Amino acid sequence: MDLLSQIFVEPFALMVEMPDLLVQTLWEGFVSGVLYALIALGFVLIFKASGVFNFAQGIMVVFSALTLVGFYAMGVPAILALVLAIGVMFVLAWTVERVVLRPLVNQPDIILFMATFGLTYFLIGFGELVFGGEPKQMITDELFLPTGATEFDLGGGYVRIQHLDVAAAVIASIMIAVLGVFFSKTRIGRALRAVADSHKAALSVGISLNQIWVIVWFAAGVVALVTGIMWGARSDVSFALQIIALKALPVLILGGFTSIPGAIVGGLIIGLGEKIGEFYWGPVVGGGIETWFAYVIALIFLLFRPQGLFGEKIIERV
Amino acid sequence: MSADHAHSFAAADALEETAAPAGGGAPAARARSDEVLLSVENVSLGFGGVKALTDVSFDIRKGEIRAIIGPNGAGKTSMLNCINGFYHPTEGRITFKGQTRPKMRPHEAAAGGIARTFQNVALFKGMSTLDNIMTGRSLKMRTNVFWQLVRFGPATREEVEHRRKVEDIIDFLQIQHIRKTPVGKLPYGLQKRVELGRALAMEPELLLLDEPMAGMNLEEKEDMSRFILDVNQEFGTTIALIEHDMGVVMDLSDRVVVLEYGRKIADGTPDEVKANQAVIDAYLGVPH
Repeated sequence: MDLLSQIFVEPFALMVEMPDLLVQTLWEGFVSGVLYALIALGFVLIFKASGVFNFAQGIMVVFSALTLVGFYAMGVPAILALVLAIGVMFVLAWTVERVVLRPLVNQPDIILFMATFGLTYFLIGFGELVFGGEPKQMITDELFLPTGATEFDLGGGYVRIQHLDVAAAVIASIMIAVLGVFFSKTRIGRALRAVADSHKAALSVGISLNQIWVIVWFAAGVVALVTGIMWGARSDVSFALQIIALKALPVLILGGFTSIPGAIVGGLIIGLGEKIGEFYWGPVVGGGIETWFAYVIALIFLLFRPQGLFGEKIIERV
Repeated sequence: MSADHAHSFAAADALEETAAPAGGGAPAARARSDEVLLSVENVSLGFGGVKALTDVSFDIRKGEIRAIIGPNGAGKTSMLNCINGFYHPTEGRITFKGQTRPKMRPHEAAAGGIARTFQNVALFKGMSTLDNIMTGRSLKMRTNVFWQLVRFGPATREEVEHRRKVEDIIDFLQIQHIRKTPVGKLPYGLQKRVELGRALAMEPELLLLDEPMAGMNLEEKEDMSRFILDVNQEFGTTIALIEHDMGVVMDLSDRVVVLEYGRKIADGTPDEVKANQAVIDAYLGVPH
């Protein structure tokens, strides 16, 4: 009886009694949701264009952030360092296409997937070699990202909103919107979906696979850089950051691997769900919901709606 | 056309009906020149120890319909793959429009004016008919990434202009009713037609059709034959096609090249080829 009350009554009572806590939790959930969506977006781009689950997306986040911080540490002005980091992501995209993807055209997806594992470990090693393994501070102020927080009163308590989180949400939203339109409504977007469906047919109409791959890997690299800046500003830039990429997996399963809106909604559901779950229902099981909540949701989705909320319907004519 | 055509020559009968108003009807009356559009010289293709093609030579003249026939495994599709750059011949050379490019890549072939369809339809399954055919315009669209990103000005104008061309092709192929349908849901015959549409959207000079009628029923074959003839006559497109239905081949094509085990065994008009002993042996077998 006590347990039932703990699950079905007390959390809701708490929500009503202390709306400030509820709003605070929702806000935090929203922000991490947007950031999850951003990570998932990097996966979606590459998955759409090449049918490859890019395991290296997580390390690309770390690597791009390290590059940015690394250039700054060398005395390059922050904005120039940002431009250079974007340049490095382009070189990376081009190199990956040349060295990894091109020799593996027409190979089964699993081969390409394994190749991204290789890329992951290469980037870890290379990153440590060049930048060292110790965690670094993100250059938040230098990039004109706001710091500090605003507090406002609400229902007897107060809600505290970090300015950085607001900036993160805004930047991520703009980024997602631009990429979404670009890839769904333009010639290059169409070419990208074409490449995803059939390599040989895309080649036969004159779409250059190489060019498309460079474009998507570069786009994914830029998304990784933005993600790296935002997450790096919230904690540190370290190699541990790459495991947040694993959080993108449930987001993708929820939203569908090929859908940009899916990545957004999936990210928000996971972000909000785990914060709310942790805060209100965490005590029932002794906390720690945040670490597994997303995966349980993903599991449920795999059972009942394997293509995700927005994934392209799996059409199989027999 | 009556529904009681039961044999494979029915498609050919249908063709003559449609061809008649265009002047002549018989293949010989079609506009074509002796100018060589593409020539294949001593081409061999090997994968490791397996020889797919051995010393094959033939040419395709501007404006003609050229058939490539032969028993299964004769190397017909390999030949097409060489022409559009999927494979690179291990020996010999292919000259298109007077240019010889030893390692032509598929998108370069496409840019040069070679379009193709595939034996087992290769469409973009998740995309609509319209979008599939629009991809055929990829090479003709020129606005840069920036304009596409802002979706304004030149990019929009260009999109509209190409969309009009694509709608013409959709009308031509009579597939208006499935414009918005994801092609993965379409029956096979219609998928083949959409694939032809995508190739036509490229406004090719040379159209390669790999078994355009495989797996079709009689009525679909008749339609497809009519479209192929119309494309050849109205747009003057040179066509090379692989086909197993002999009735179709004999009535559509101006000249036929016959492959067996990767070698050319005959080359000539349909009548010549039909009478050729090597061809008869290849298809019917020889007593040992």
